Amino acid sequence: MNRIIGFIIIDIMKNKIVLTYTILLAAFAWSTFSLEDNPTKGTLTLLNIILLIVPLVTILFSTIYIYNSAEFIELLTSQPIERKKIWVSLFSGLAFSFVISFLFGAGIPLFVYANIPIALMMTVIGCIISLVFIAIAFLSSILSRDKAKGIGMSILLWLYFALLFDGLVLFLFFQFSEYPIEKIMVGITASSPIDLARILILLHVDVSAMMGYTGAIFKDFFGNTLGLTIAFALLMLWILIPFLISLKIFKQKDL
Amino acid sequence: MIEINNLSKKFGKLQALNRVNLTCKKGECIALIGPNGCGKTTLIKSILGMVIPDEGEILFKGKSIINDFNYRSEIGYMPQIGRYPENMSIGQVVEMIKNIRQHKTEFDEVLLNHFLLPQMREKRMATLSGGTRQKVSAVLAFLFNPDVLILDEPTAGLDPLASELLKEKIIEEKEKGKLVLITSHQLSELDELITQIIFMQDGNVLFHKPIEVLRAETGEEKISKAIANILKSQAA
Repeated sequence: MNRIIGFIIIDIMKNKIVLTYTILLAAFAWSTFSLEDNPTKGTLTLLNIILLIVPLVTILFSTIYIYNSAEFIELLTSQPIERKKIWVSLFSGLAFSFVISFLFGAGIPLFVYANIPIALMMTVIGCIISLVFIAIAFLSSILSRDKAKGIGMSILLWLYFALLFDGLVLFLFFQFSEYPIEKIMVGITASSPIDLARILILLHVDVSAMMGYTGAIFKDFFGNTLGLTIAFALLMLWILIPFLISLKIFKQKDL
Repeated sequence: MIEINNLSKKFGKLQALNRVNLTCKKGECIALIGPNGCGKTTLIKSILGMVIPDEGEILFKGKSIINDFNYRSEIGYMPQIGRYPENMSIGQVVEMIKNIRQHKTEFDEVLLNHFLLPQMREKRMATLSGGTRQKVSAVLAFLFNPDVLILDEPTAGLDPLASELLKEKIIEEKEKGKLVLITSHQLSELDELITQIIFMQDGNVLFHKPIEVLRAETGEEKISKAIANILKSQAA
């Protein structure tokens, strides 16, 4: 076990925010399922909550945490430790904390109430979305030395992915409704991790029939194994690309 | 031990280092002096790999330090302004660094025992005064018995007693044949320590001379006067 990851995880645990977040997730999940008599409806409600809250908490906490670790990072760079190891450890520590907290907060109620394949899919997606937004937080915090600017950038990115993107897609949809843009829509969806996640779940819960013609296209594409694989691969890229860019910048950074 | 060839670094428009060439050998105690902002700290941070130079190379024991990190296990670094995780206690920071470095041989705890008394180790870093922080930095620099000591303004902010202890420790280490690199503005403090002087200005090395040569050239016994003499003759 890497010692630096250990120190980071202990530090995050001491912070208690991640613990509060776990309790919050659990409260949402348990209350949603006990209020809705239909587990499918419960799953969908929970999905919307997860896709709003998980990105927000992970991106904000991670960004601030990275900025606050500036001293820690500086101390470690003067020691015989590879820079890559410092950055990867920081990511792993945050990733581990948020994945565990999602598993405990939302994973347990999901497996209790929803049927197993959907619960599994939701849990996996929730973890992946956490990782995606931690990676984006790494990118936005390395791009700016100014803390306020970096945190601002993270908030804007969250706003864009969680709220604005949907509006943009809807706008395009109405503007070009005369044209056959369904296939392009599949492509556009790939450019937002949250939408990618949402579609994956909706197809699994089998409510895509309500999504009309586009739903059919999506089902056609994402419903088969290839579509599913591509969607997961795209989500992986959403983790890898921002993180690797930030790693590359960090290796060259003057401290 | 450390060889620097044609090292250049720019921060935006500011030329922090301009084609610096230096050679530092075992057993030397070198004072790195010069006005504020002349590139001393940038030079030190380049040696430590904390600043990535634009051009040139640094050889540590004959090997380039680019893409290497193991060489840092032979360096003890005391930063000018020690920055530490604020919510850790002194003891935790020391333990953490010990843990991470996985040092094989014995620890050199002389300074640790002198500077950081057991009851102080519970204090959180955020509550420390500047001088106590300096003590923590000094302890960490000497703890692993490194071959090279790089001390950036070591005595600034230390009380006279601690400062004297630190000086004794530096002399002791120098006599063991280690390379010591010190930056300081208090030239009078360096008299009894150093064997060589590197003078920097605007990112350039103006001269690198043994102390005896400097004394002979200027006819002054005190370093501060010798330096002042040289600067005057240059201005004229």
